[in-house]
Amino acid sequence: MGLLRYTAIRALMIIPTVLILYTLVFIVLRVLPGNPVLAALGTKNIPEEQLQALMRELGLDKPLYVQYFDYLVNFIKGDMGKSMIIRGRPIASDIVDKLPATLELSIWSIIFSLIIGVGLGYLGARARSDRVKAIIRLTGSIVFVIFIPALGLSLQLLFSKYLGLLPTGGRLSTTGYFKPITGIYTLDALLRLDIPVFIDALKHIVLPALTLGLVISGPYMRLTLNNMEEIMESKMIEAYRARGVRDSKILRHAFRHVLVPVTTYTGLQFSLLMGGAVLTETTFNWPGIGTYLVDKVMYRDYTAIQAVIIIFAIIVGLTSLIVDILYALIDPRVRY
Amino acid sequence: MEVLTVNDLWVKYYTISGIVSAVSGVSFKLRKSEMLAIVGESGSGKSTLGLALLNMVPKPGRIERGEVILDGVNILKSSPREIMKIRGSRISMVFQDPFTTLDPLRKIVDQFEEFLIEHGVDKTRARSIIKEYLEAVGLPERVMYSYPHQLSGGQKQRVSIAMAIALNPQVVVADEPTTALDVIVQKQIMDLVDSIKEKYKSSIVLITHDLALALERADTVMVMYGGNIMEYAGKTELYGNMKHPYTRGLFEALPRILQKTLPKSLPGNPPDLRYPPPGCVFHPRCEFAMEKCKSEKPPLIEVSKDHIVACHLYG
Amino acid sequence: MMRAQSIFTILKNKYISTGLIIVLVFVFMAILADIISLYSPVDPAGPPLQPPSRDYFMGTDNLGRDVFSRIVYGSRIMLMIVAIAVAMSGAIGTMLGLISGYLGGLLDRVLSFIMDSIYAFPSLILAISLSVALGASPINAAIAIAVVYVPTYFRMVRGQVLSIKNETYIEMAKALGLPSIRIVLKHILPHVTRTLMVVFSMNSADAILTEAALSFMGLTVQPPTPDWGFDLYKGRGFILLGYWWIMLFPGLSIPLLAVGFALISEGVSTLITARKR
Ligand SMILES: Nc1ncnc2c1ncn2[C@@H]1O[C@H](COP(=O)(O)OP(=O)(O)OP(=O)(O)O)[C@@H](O)[C@H]1O
Ligand code: SF4
Ligand SMILES: [Mg+2]
Repeated sequence: MGLLRYTAIRALMIIPTVLILYTLVFIVLRVLPGNPVLAALGTKNIPEEQLQALMRELGLDKPLYVQYFDYLVNFIKGDMGKSMIIRGRPIASDIVDKLPATLELSIWSIIFSLIIGVGLGYLGARARSDRVKAIIRLTGSIVFVIFIPALGLSLQLLFSKYLGLLPTGGRLSTTGYFKPITGIYTLDALLRLDIPVFIDALKHIVLPALTLGLVISGPYMRLTLNNMEEIMESKMIEAYRARGVRDSKILRHAFRHVLVPVTTYTGLQFSLLMGGAVLTETTFNWPGIGTYLVDKVMYRDYTAIQAVIIIFAIIVGLTSLIVDILYALIDPRVRY
Repeated sequence: MEVLTVNDLWVKYYTISGIVSAVSGVSFKLRKSEMLAIVGESGSGKSTLGLALLNMVPKPGRIERGEVILDGVNILKSSPREIMKIRGSRISMVFQDPFTTLDPLRKIVDQFEEFLIEHGVDKTRARSIIKEYLEAVGLPERVMYSYPHQLSGGQKQRVSIAMAIALNPQVVVADEPTTALDVIVQKQIMDLVDSIKEKYKSSIVLITHDLALALERADTVMVMYGGNIMEYAGKTELYGNMKHPYTRGLFEALPRILQKTLPKSLPGNPPDLRYPPPGCVFHPRCEFAMEKCKSEKPPLIEVSKDHIVACHLYG
Repeated sequence: MMRAQSIFTILKNKYISTGLIIVLVFVFMAILADIISLYSPVDPAGPPLQPPSRDYFMGTDNLGRDVFSRIVYGSRIMLMIVAIAVAMSGAIGTMLGLISGYLGGLLDRVLSFIMDSIYAFPSLILAISLSVALGASPINAAIAIAVVYVPTYFRMVRGQVLSIKNETYIEMAKALGLPSIRIVLKHILPHVTRTLMVVFSMNSADAILTEAALSFMGLTVQPPTPDWGFDLYKGRGFILLGYWWIMLFPGLSIPLLAVGFALISEGVSTLITARKR
């Protein structure tokens, strides 16, 4: 009951955030000087008449405030406008196409980053030597500033070219015979109990997700190490010991306390993950919303760019909502 | 009959800035269902001594020397496995701050049950023990299903006490169990501790900085200063026949209801235990200090039966 | 009086000194590019796709240009964009944070909400869109990066201002009738500068990665201008053919420079926590 209300209120709070970003992007893309159509066509040599017709088709002839609200209303109805480049192509269907790939990449990256980051941080906290701790802390900072394309390409070189173990790009080796359900292929393959496709999908996602996961694992290392150390020195742990509770159990309880900041951080981290996803997708030819954005950027397809940004804003908002709910579930002290 | 004997116990903390001599050569005996109060100012080594009784001095501390004999067994020599079994079942501890000692992420029943199961109690039996002891400390049964943050400080401390006595240990060490609570609750908790002593015949080591509380509640009082025993005596003997300058200083610093003048506060600060003063550790603050006190450590002297003092004035 | 000594303790910190060395090497490279590089960065220096050798010790690219010379000149673009971006966002963010935190009220709430929204949004994606809107050029890339990082400074400075504002001595200064601008500068700035140091160096590391990403997408320079991110992008296709050197060196330079700044940030923050203890 309480949780439901809390969720509803938090969900409503996403709206103003999305609106602000929409407004910002609208201002930047539409209000700033320059005719978007001309920029998109990449030429000024088109007859005035034709230009006007194009503007009318895209609704760009109306006053700015009308454009602003029209777009919003249409967006809520699920119409994200039409591409400026590929005439008449609805952007919404493109996004529905590409979004699952990005979600799949994000989910696997988070899984990898948690395993690597929380794992190493935990080992660091358990390590006796201060040197090991310092090395893990430093690794946490350094890993964080790796340039994704550089790491991605190196991994490709190693695992694809020299070892020949993994594919260099794409989501599946053979398309056509596999019918997706959610669009998240590893999940779909499991749902269809299709093990060969699952393994194939996994082989394709490993390198991109490892690249992105490694980069964002840095903060988890530090967070886990520092929190675990602090908790192990707390009165609570002393009290557990005084009651004769086994060390292995105590560690488990301490670890639960580490999950609280880790969860919070995952929410904060998500926008970083999304930015990283754009680069990872480009590096690995992963057909997600990130490559879509870069593609549209290259052609200056403003309507599509605008839509993608709003979608990202919504994703970020939704993630922070999910994280808040998870947080409330882990920590009974959270009031909602 | 003694349930606990401590012989010549030494504890040091090896910190980066120096070696802290937190407990220096403490010995005492605790009889069945006796309440011993350990009194002293902050930093006198009370908590360290309390933890040493469970052989759980935290890093960077080390027990250097001595014996803690519980029921005929020196637990400082026990294996890690054995000591885990002993803690919580034969000697248990209640900590100062009930707000930080219970795990905020787990229900009381889960923490309690886990502890009992660790000590070999089966699940159904555990449930009935939990109910029995929550009732014994005056808590309603529904507290079981609460999270710590849903309880008041006093209730949390009652839960800690319930866990400390649930397996009927010979000794309960209570380290300032009421300091974090407000005055009315303090009295209730101390009454509870008293009743436990009567009902379960447990021996209790009450650690406190409050001499008045010690004189009111304990059977025996041990006054500590700078990691050393200053004076040790039965309550009535000590009250009527206070010997050590430090004990008297503490006593005079107590606020008194019928007294018009302000209590005399003890001048000076406790010593830096990285560099304990030579001779009598109290000499820099002692108004009776003699030349001898600066160089020679006063031995523990039995001034009357079961009344021990470490002071050159009685040598 | 303690200046000389404190500079010594700062340099004694291993993180800071290592970081400084890395950053300074690149800075000198950028300044002395004309002297250091052996060839022109834009004209062919020899046959294409030569592996590293004594003549071209980072090899040549597909157009026969010397990779080392392109790395050397590339540091110029990178450092210039990052310096402009960080200086701009630092100045604007700090100023807005000071004003917003000090004045409070509606202005503060509106500004904070806008800044929080931008902060929560993926910075790279925002930077990409801004660069597109402004048009691909080094200075526009710098502006785009600057806008994206304004909230970082704003939030930090505003938070500090609020906490210091609540301390009584500011109240006392107010009671004595000091003009508000002077109160702000005199009491608040010194507190802020220390934290600003950490944020500044960490932010520089971030900005380098963002710049590289924008370049990687062709949003900063036009060919044939040498630029690490863009060279990496172009070298991408060649790596699987075995011409690893085209990509390796820009690919190493970017994180190395970022690590330099990250180390400085790490060092400064350990110094600050050490002092607090
Ligand atoms: N974990 C530790 N590391 C280093 N030194 C410690 C540690 N715990 C205690 N000490 C030092 O040991 C000495 C005794 O401390 P202890 O906590 O036992 O005193 P106490 O009498 O319980 O004081 P309080 O009334 O403040 O609880 C003090 O000088 C203290 O600084
Ligand atoms: S031994 Fe000396 S210094 Fe110590 S308490 Fe007695 S008189 Fe005072
Ligand atoms: Mg204590």
